[in-house]
Amino acid sequence: MTMRPDPTFHASPKLAMEAPAENFAYTLLLSPDFSKPDALAVIDVKPGSPSYSQIVHTVTMPNKGDEFHHFGWNACSSALSPLAGHAFIERRYLIIPGLRSSRIYIIDTKPDPTKAKIHKIIEPEEVFKKTGYSRPHTIHCGPDGIYVSTLGGGGKDGTNGPPGVFIMDCETFEVLGRWEIDRGPQTLHYDFWWNLPRDYMVTSEWALPPQFENGIVPEDLLSNKYGHRLHFWDLRARRNVQTIDLGANHQMALEVRPAHDPVREYGFVGVVVDTTNLEASIWTWWREGGKFHAEKTATIPPEPAPKEKLPPLLQGFGAVPPLVTDIDLSMDDRFLYVSCWGTGEMRQYDVSDPRKPKLAGSVHIGGIARRTPHPNGKAFAAGPQMVEISRDGRRVYWTNSLYSTWDDQFYPDGVPGVEVMANVGRNGGLELDKNYFVSFPDGYRAHQIRLEGGDCSTDSFCYPSV
Amino acid sequence: MLPVGLDGTHASPALGWLWLALVASGLYHGVNPGMGWPLAVSAGLLDKNPRALFRALWALAAGHLLATFLVLLPFAFLLVLAEWQRPIQLSASLLVIGFGVYRLIDRRHPRTLARIPPTQLALWSFAVAIAHGAALMLVPIYLGLCQAFELDAGHEAAGALMKASLGMAVLVSLVHVTAMVGAGGCLAWLVYRHLGLRFVSRSWFNLDAVWAASLILVGAVALAFNLASWR
Repeated sequence: MTMRPDPTFHASPKLAMEAPAENFAYTLLLSPDFSKPDALAVIDVKPGSPSYSQIVHTVTMPNKGDEFHHFGWNACSSALSPLAGHAFIERRYLIIPGLRSSRIYIIDTKPDPTKAKIHKIIEPEEVFKKTGYSRPHTIHCGPDGIYVSTLGGGGKDGTNGPPGVFIMDCETFEVLGRWEIDRGPQTLHYDFWWNLPRDYMVTSEWALPPQFENGIVPEDLLSNKYGHRLHFWDLRARRNVQTIDLGANHQMALEVRPAHDPVREYGFVGVVVDTTNLEASIWTWWREGGKFHAEKTATIPPEPAPKEKLPPLLQGFGAVPPLVTDIDLSMDDRFLYVSCWGTGEMRQYDVSDPRKPKLAGSVHIGGIARRTPHPNGKAFAAGPQMVEISRDGRRVYWTNSLYSTWDDQFYPDGVPGVEVMANVGRNGGLELDKNYFVSFPDGYRAHQIRLEGGDCSTDSFCYPSV
Repeated sequence: MLPVGLDGTHASPALGWLWLALVASGLYHGVNPGMGWPLAVSAGLLDKNPRALFRALWALAAGHLLATFLVLLPFAFLLVLAEWQRPIQLSASLLVIGFGVYRLIDRRHPRTLARIPPTQLALWSFAVAIAHGAALMLVPIYLGLCQAFELDAGHEAAGALMKASLGMAVLVSLVHVTAMVGAGGCLAWLVYRHLGLRFVSRSWFNLDAVWAASLILVGAVALAFNLASWR
C-alpha cells in the first residue's frame, strides 16, 4: 500500500510514451530438455552503461521442468481505472507461470531489479484445486486483480474440461478462482486482452495440451484441428457475447493486440499458418454497431526453399512458411510488429488505417532457409519470436525461441538463446542495433521480454490520449 | 416537505456549524477521486464531448443522493420514537465510529465494486457511497440538525414529526450532494479542459486512513455533543 500511485502508472498511452525510458529488460530463460531449472534474466538496457546489453542478474528457480513462456506484472496503468478508485499498489512483482508444470512464481523486483528474488511460489495443486484449469500462460494486470489465461483444463493431459481465465489477488497472490460465468462455445484458449472502459475482452485459440506439449502434431494441423476462432466477452458480466470463426484453414490465432487508446475499438490478431497455402496472416477486428467484426488485412507468403535446407517436417512442402508467432502494437497504435519465425524476418506495418496495414519496415535475421546473421556477424539461430516494444516506440526487442518441442521440429540444429534490439526511425523503418546482442548461458533458450516500468503488451488504459 | 421550525427561531448555537459540516463533507467527498470525478473526465474524453462529462456527473450525483437518503431514512423513522432520542443518537455515533475503525483495520476494497459495468455510473456511485460509509458519515450531522430544529422534542403529532424528519433527510441529502457535485464537477472540468490527464495520477492521494479517521472524528464529535447536551 502506497500513498501515491506508482510513478509508472499512466492515465493515457500518450503519457506512458512520454515517461522515462526503460533501464532493464526482464527475459525468461527455459531449459528445453528440463535438465536445469528455468530462470529470469535481468538485462541492462541503459545506453552508455558499462554493462549495457549484458545480464546483470539471474533469478534461478528451485524446480526443473517448469517451461517458462509468458509472464507479466502484478499491476500496471490499469490501476488508475476510475471505476476501481484505488491506485495505491506498486508495479513491483513479476508473475511467471510454468507452462508445463502449472507452477507460478512471484518475483519481487524491488528495491532494485539487480536484486530481484523469489517472493512466493504457488504450487500447481493450488491452481488445479481452485480453478480446474492447468498450464497458465498469459498474464494481464487488471484493475481488480491479475488475470491469467490457461491452455489446459483439468486432468493429467489437461483435456478434462475447457481451459479458460482465472483471477489472482494482486497483493496477496492468492488464486481466487475462475473468471468466466458463461463461456459460450469457447473450448480452446491462448491469448487475451481488453478495452477496459468499453468493457470487453477478446480471447484467441491455440490448441489443447496434447497438440503442443510433445511437439506440433502434423496430422492435426493438416486436418485443421488447431484453434481458429476469436471470442469476444462482456468483461464485467464475464460472458462470451460473440465468437468469430476465421475459417478452419487459418490455424492458430495467437496474440491479441487491441489498440492502447481506449477510444479506438479495434485490434489485431496474428494467424500462424493457412493450411491451404502456408501463408501467415494479420487480421483486424473491430466493434461497430454493437457487433464485432474481423477481416484478413495482411498476408505474408511462404518462401520456396530446396529440400536440403528444410527440416524433415517441411521437406514435403518445399517451402518455408512465415509462421507469424507473435505480434505487438506500439503504444501510439501506429506500428504493428510481426515476427516471422519461419522465414526469419521482423516486419513493421504502419496500421494508422487499421484495416489497411502498410509494410513500413523489415529486417531479416535467422530463418529456416535464409539463416541471416546479425549485422555484428554473430549467428542468430531460429527466427524473431517474442517481441516487445519500448513505451516510446523507439526500440524493439526480440528473442528467438518459440516452445521447447516446436523449436526442435523447425530448427533441429538447436536454438541457443539470443536477444537483439532494433531501432525505429521517427517515421518508421527498422534497423538492428549492432551493439545490442545478448547471448544467454549454454543450454538456455529465451522467451518473453518485459521492460522495467511497463511496455506495449502490458499496460492498458482508461483514458484516451489527448 | 420542508421541516417545521426551519425559521431557526429555536435553533441552537451549533446550527451554523452543522450546516458548515454538511457542506464541508460534500466538498470533501467531491474532490476524493474514489467518489468518481475521474470517471466524468474519462467519459468526456472518450465521447470527445463535454456533455458526456456532465451526464456522468449527473449519474454520479443521483447514485450518491440515493445512497445518502436511504441511509438517513431509517433514522428519520426512528426519530418518531421521541423517548428513545438519546440511545438513537448515541448508537448512531458509535456506529459511525465503529465503521471508521473497521475501515482503518480492514483496508481492502470490496471486489464486487469492480464488477459494475462502466455504463452504470449511478449504480457505481450508489454502491461506492454505501461501501465506503460516505452516506453514514452524514448521520450524526443529520441527527444534530434534527435536534437543533427540535424535530425530536416529541411535542408534535407523530405524523407531522415524521413529515418533518423526512423533509430534513431530503434537505440534508440535497445540500450534501450539491456540494459534492460542485467540487467534483469543478475538478473534473479543470482536468478535462486545463490541467490535463497528468493531474489524475498526481492528485491521487491514498485517503484510506484519512477517510477512516474522518468517520471516527464525525462520530466522536457527535458523541461528545450528545453527551454534553443531555447531561
